[in-house]
Amino acid sequence: MNNNLIQYIYGIADNSLILGQRLGELCGHGPSIETDIALTNISLDLLGQTRSYFQYVAKLQGNGANEDTVAFLRLEREYKNVLLVEQPNTDFGYSITRQFLFDVFHLALLEELQKSKDEMLAAIAKKSIKEVLYHTRFSSDWIKRLGDGTEESHNRIQTAINDLWIFTDELFHQTDADKAMIAEGIGVDVTLLKINYYKKVSSILEEATLQTPSIEYFQKGGKQGVHSEHMGFILTELQYMQRTYPNMTW
Amino acid sequence: MTEEKIHIDQKLFEILETVSDPEIPVLSIVEMGVVRSAKLINGIVEVEITPTYSGCPAMDVIGDDIKEAFQQKGYEAKVDLILSPAWTTDWITSKGRIALEKYGIASPLSESADKEALLGNKKLVKCPQCGSLNTKLVSQFGSTACKAFFQCEDCLEPFDYFKCLK
Ligand SMILES: [Zn+2]
Repeated sequence: MNNNLIQYIYGIADNSLILGQRLGELCGHGPSIETDIALTNISLDLLGQTRSYFQYVAKLQGNGANEDTVAFLRLEREYKNVLLVEQPNTDFGYSITRQFLFDVFHLALLEELQKSKDEMLAAIAKKSIKEVLYHTRFSSDWIKRLGDGTEESHNRIQTAINDLWIFTDELFHQTDADKAMIAEGIGVDVTLLKINYYKKVSSILEEATLQTPSIEYFQKGGKQGVHSEHMGFILTELQYMQRTYPNMTW
Repeated sequence: MTEEKIHIDQKLFEILETVSDPEIPVLSIVEMGVVRSAKLINGIVEVEITPTYSGCPAMDVIGDDIKEAFQQKGYEAKVDLILSPAWTTDWITSKGRIALEKYGIASPLSESADKEALLGNKKLVKCPQCGSLNTKLVSQFGSTACKAFFQCEDCLEPFDYFKCLK
């Protein structure tokens, strides 16, 4: 069993799982029926991608593991998602900003991951990239619409960007599993994605008449399993069924 | 994307044609381009299918339906889900596209036209009810992840548009 590979996959798949869960919370609560459906469709794409990754992890783990045990039966510290994706749906501005800041990164990551020497990861990346293109288009479109909208929408989206900006740097931190997988030609060197990421994000913010924050202090920890206070609540809901009725199936 | 070769044994083809996408019942999974291969190996039918979208909830049902369709004809079937090469809307057959339109779903445009239509730059999506091109995008995401939601400004009917996936 290749533990580095498994940890590496967690580092990618847990982002999709937790963001998918966050978006799922909005089902029936979106600001309009169209955005409600869009956000839950994005959630579905992300959870679908997560299933592919976790089925692969379960195969690597053996011993009766399956996609559900991987998704539901880990402890908080064993989830390796970045802090950004676990941030709450404070309002639509926050949800769409969180989405936008993640989508631009996600797309760049998958573009590289599709060249991975690991055939399964390359296949999942090639499949996912088509979906993430739509996500990126959707969230970028909303950033422009709200930023260049009314004074109220402009101010609120700017507040969300300022607040969530501190979680962006972590996207480009390299973990030990990353290093090991890069050495094997399997993993993506996320540090190389950073410059283009900020360029792309800034250009969209500029088009949206929004300010790119200039701060030097960033939050980190998610990639090491040290999460924000929100993570426990997410897992409580996510794992409720398996914790309450162990091994139950549909 | 280049044309992908699919290998379906002729006698299995007819059975597979009876299985449809549960969300688009008029379209068989063969016309949908979801079946990538079907072979009879040592008395067992081995079918490979590929998902349209990663999170498509229809895939599990399609897998079960395939097994059942073969069982009714006295075959045991094994279904594998493959991800590579990734499904594209180009794999929907011309018969499939006609079935979609008849069912009330506008079929996917070319990649560049699709982008123009979804960005709302040009009116290119034809209303499947009255054929008018005077249609507008209501939402980039429709009733399922694979569709966008449009409305015809002539007959006023809302309809789904099957988004181009390349
Ligand atoms: Zn019409």
